[in-house]
Amino acid sequence: MNKMARVKKEKKTPWQRFCAWVNGDAQEKSLLPAEPPKLKKKKAVKPQQKKAAAPKKEWMGLTRFDHIYRVCAVFIGVVIVTVLMITVVQLPLFGSPDNPADNEVVERYVEDGLKETGAVNMVAGMILDYRAFDTFGESSVLFLAVTCVTMLLMRDRNNTDKDEDLLTAREHIVEGHEEDIILIQIAKLIIPCVLVYGIYVVLNGHLSPGGGFSGGTIMGSALILFAVSFGMIRMSRFFSYSTFRKITSSALMVYAASKAYSFFTGANHLESHIPLGTPGAILSSGLILVLDICVGIVVACTMYGFYALFTKGEL
Amino acid sequence: MISGIVTPLLKNGKWAYRLSLFACSAGLVLSGVLLGRIGPRNESFSFMMGHFPAPWGNELSVGPLEAVLATAICFVMLLALLGGRRDIFEDVLPEKQKLYFIMMDEILAALLALTYTNDIFTAYVFIEISTIAACAIVMAKDSSATMVATMRYLIMSLLGSGLVLLGIVLLYCITGHLLFPNLQQRVLELVATGQYAMPLTVVVGLIVMGLGIKSAMFPFHLWLPPAHGSATTASSSVLSGLVVKGYIILMIRLFYKVFTIEVIRSLRITNMVFLFGLAGMIVGSVGAIKEEHIKRMLAYSSVAQLGYVFMGIGLGTDVGIMAACFQILVHACTKPMLFGCASALSAGRHHNKKLYALRGAAYENKLAGVGFTVGALSMIGIPLFGGFAAKVFFASATMAQPVKMWMTLLTLALSTVLNALYYIPAVTALWSKPAEGEAGEKQPADPTFAVSTVLFILAVFFLGICYQPVVTLIQNGLALL
Amino acid sequence: MENLLINHYEVAAVILFGIGFLNLLLQNNLVKKVIGFGIMDNAVYLFLASQGYIEGRLAPILVGETARAADYINPIPAGLVLTGIVVSVSVTAFSLALIQRLYQKYKTVNFDEIVQLARQKGDE
Repeated sequence: MNKMARVKKEKKTPWQRFCAWVNGDAQEKSLLPAEPPKLKKKKAVKPQQKKAAAPKKEWMGLTRFDHIYRVCAVFIGVVIVTVLMITVVQLPLFGSPDNPADNEVVERYVEDGLKETGAVNMVAGMILDYRAFDTFGESSVLFLAVTCVTMLLMRDRNNTDKDEDLLTAREHIVEGHEEDIILIQIAKLIIPCVLVYGIYVVLNGHLSPGGGFSGGTIMGSALILFAVSFGMIRMSRFFSYSTFRKITSSALMVYAASKAYSFFTGANHLESHIPLGTPGAILSSGLILVLDICVGIVVACTMYGFYALFTKGEL
Repeated sequence: MISGIVTPLLKNGKWAYRLSLFACSAGLVLSGVLLGRIGPRNESFSFMMGHFPAPWGNELSVGPLEAVLATAICFVMLLALLGGRRDIFEDVLPEKQKLYFIMMDEILAALLALTYTNDIFTAYVFIEISTIAACAIVMAKDSSATMVATMRYLIMSLLGSGLVLLGIVLLYCITGHLLFPNLQQRVLELVATGQYAMPLTVVVGLIVMGLGIKSAMFPFHLWLPPAHGSATTASSSVLSGLVVKGYIILMIRLFYKVFTIEVIRSLRITNMVFLFGLAGMIVGSVGAIKEEHIKRMLAYSSVAQLGYVFMGIGLGTDVGIMAACFQILVHACTKPMLFGCASALSAGRHHNKKLYALRGAAYENKLAGVGFTVGALSMIGIPLFGGFAAKVFFASATMAQPVKMWMTLLTLALSTVLNALYYIPAVTALWSKPAEGEAGEKQPADPTFAVSTVLFILAVFFLGICYQPVVTLIQNGLALL
Repeated sequence: MENLLINHYEVAAVILFGIGFLNLLLQNNLVKKVIGFGIMDNAVYLFLASQGYIEGRLAPILVGETARAADYINPIPAGLVLTGIVVSVSVTAFSLALIQRLYQKYKTVNFDEIVQLARQKGDE
C-alpha cells in the first residue's frame, strides 16, 4: 500500500507542479511534497508499534481515505488559488485614486471626521465612533477568548497532572531561593518605561497612531515581564484572578454603558452632550478617550491572562 | 429598542444561571413587543448604532422576518436552558458553570446581532463570536470525546470564517461599501454594467461556501454529529436548534438584501445549493439510520433537516425561501425538545445513550417519552405537527419549476421514508416493555424540564395547526427585505 | 496580465492564502494547522490593507486644520484590519489552549493519532 501510495504521489506531482506553475504559485511546489511522506511514515509505524492488535485493514482503509482526502484538498486549494488569481487580475488597480473603495463614505470620514468625532487620528475616530458597534463586538471577542482559555486551562479535577504538579512545586522552590540579579535589575529599569509608553500610546490613541489595542498590548507585555522576572507569586499578590475579573468586566461595562448612551441618543436623534474639546489636545474627542482607555485595560489584562493561563493554568 | 436587547447581553460580570435566564426572557419580551409593533403594521425600520446616518455608522435593521426569528431564538434559548438545567449542573464543573453561562449569553447576543445587523463586517465579527462561544459550549463537558469533537468543529469553522472574510474583503474591494442597502445598490449597478462580473461570482461563491461550512451544508457536514452528539444537553439543543440556523438566516438576508435574489439565480448558485441540500437530506438520514447512539442519531437528523432548508433556499423562489424560513422555525422548536427528552430518558439508564439500552425508558419518564414521540412524529411529517406543514410548503414551492419539481418531490418522499425508518424504531423501542432486569429507577420529577417540554410540544402543535399567521409574517418580511 | 504585477500585494496575499488554506487542510500536526490558519488570516488582512492604499497620499492622521479627502488614504480598511486582527488573536489563543489540553490528555499533537486514541478509549 505504501509503495503504491508513493507511486501515486509521484504520478501526481508533475501535474500538480504544472498547476502550481500555471498559477505562478512557486511556494506550493516546495511545500507539499516535502511534508506528507515524512508524516505518513511516522503515522504508519507508530500506532502499529503501540498497539499491534489494531486491525491492519482499518489502517489501510484509513490511509487510502487519507490519500483521497489529500488529493482533494490539494485540488480544492489549487482551484481556489487559480480562481482568486483570475479575480485579482480583474480587480481595481493597486494604489489608484479612483478605486470603488474610495467613495463618499471615505470623504465624509476624512473631511467631517474631525468635526464629528474630535479625533485627529481618523482610524481611531472611525472604529470607536462611527463603527463602534463592531469594536464593541471585538472587545467581547477578546473577553470571550480569555473566558474560554480560562475554562480550558484552569486547574480543576479534570485538568491536573502529576508531572505538572511536580514541576510547579519545583518552580516554587526555585523561585524562593534563586533570584537572577541581572534579570531583576534590568526589569526594574525597563518595566516602568514600558508601562509609561503603553499608557502614552493608549492616551494618544485619538491623536497619533496607536490606541487601545496597541497600547494595551504594550502594557500587557510589561505585566508579563514583571511576572517573568519577579515570579508568579509576587505577581499574584496584587493581580489575582478576582482583580483580573473585576477590572476586565468593569472596563467592558463602562464601554457598554457609554456606547449604550451614544446608541440611544443616536437612535432617537438627540444631541449628545459630551463636549468634543479642541482637536489635538489630550482631553478631546469626547468618548473616544474613555473608550480607548477601556479597550486598553481589557487588552492588557487579556494579554497577561493568556500568558498566565498558558504557563501555569491559573491567574 | 434593539440596543436594549443587545447591549445588556454583552455586558459581562458575574453571570449565573438566573441572570442568563433573565436575559433570555428580557430578549424574548422585547422581541415580542417588537414583533407586536411591527407585525400588524407591516413595515421595517433601521436603527442607527451611534450618531451617524446610514453609510457612515453601524446600523441594525428590523422587519417582520427578523422579529419573528429573533423571538423564536429567544424562546428556544430560554426553553433549552430550562430543559437542560440539570445536565448543565451535572456535566459542567461547578467553578466553570458561570463561564458556561457567559458563553450562552454571548451566543444569544451574537445570534440576535446576526439576525438584526445591517452591516456586513459587523456580521463577520458576530460570526466569530458565535463560533468561539459555540466551540466553548461544546467542550464545556470536558470529556475526551467533546475535546476531539471541538477540535474538529473549530478547524472547520476556522476554514469557513476564513472564506467568509475573504469574500467580504473582495466585496468591499469591488463595491467600496459595507452596508447592506448601499451594497445592494452597487451590486445592481455592477450587474447592469457588467463590470467585475467574475469577482462578484467569486464573492458569492466564497460567502456561500464559508457559511455553508459553518452551517453543515452537505459536503461539509462531518463535524456536526460528533460535536452535537457529545456535548451536554443544553449545548446540543442550542447548537443544532439555533447556532447553525444563525448562519443560514444571515445567508438568506445576504441573498435578499445584498445580492438580490435575481442576481443569485442568474449566477446559478441556487442550483448548487439545491443539489447540496438534496444530497444532505439523503446522506443525513442514512447516517442516522446507521447510528445507535441516540444523540448522534438526532445530530445526523439535523444534517438531513438542514438539507431541507438548503433545498428551500436552492429553489430560488420567494415561496421556497419562505418554506425554508418556516422549516428553520419548526426545526428550532423540535430538535431542542428531542435532545432534551433524549437525555432525560437516558438519565434513568445511567446515561447510557445507546438505543438498545433505552428500551422502555419512556415508562419511567412519561413526559419525556411523549415529548420525544411528538418530536419524532413532527420530524417524519405526520399531519397536525409542525414538520408536516413545512413539508407541504416545500412541495408547493416546487410547483413553479418543473425540472426541480420531480427531484424535490422524489427526495422529499424518500427522505420521509428514511426519517420514518429511524424515528419509528426509536419511538417503539422507547415505548416497548422493558426486558427483565433492564428497567431503570424512576427519575425524580424536574419541574423546569417539564415546563420546557410542555411549551415545546405546544409550539410544535402551534406551528403545525395554526401556521397561517406565522407564514404571512414571514412572507411580509421577505417582501420587505 | 500586467495587472498581476501592479496588484502584486494582492497576488502575494492570494498565494499566502493558498498556503495557509492547504496547511489548514493537510497538516496533521495541530499546531501547524493553527499556524496555517494564521497565515490564511494574515493574507486576508494584507489583501484588505492593500485596498486602502492610494498612491502619493498621507496616512489618515490629520495635519493642520482643514481636511481634504484627496490628501489622505482610505482609513476604513485600516480599521477593519484592526478589528480582524483582534478576532484572529482570540481565535488563535482559544485553539492553542484546546491543543494544550488535548496534548495533556493524549501526549501528542497529531490529530489522526488523537482521533485514533479517542476511538480506542470508547465513545463516551
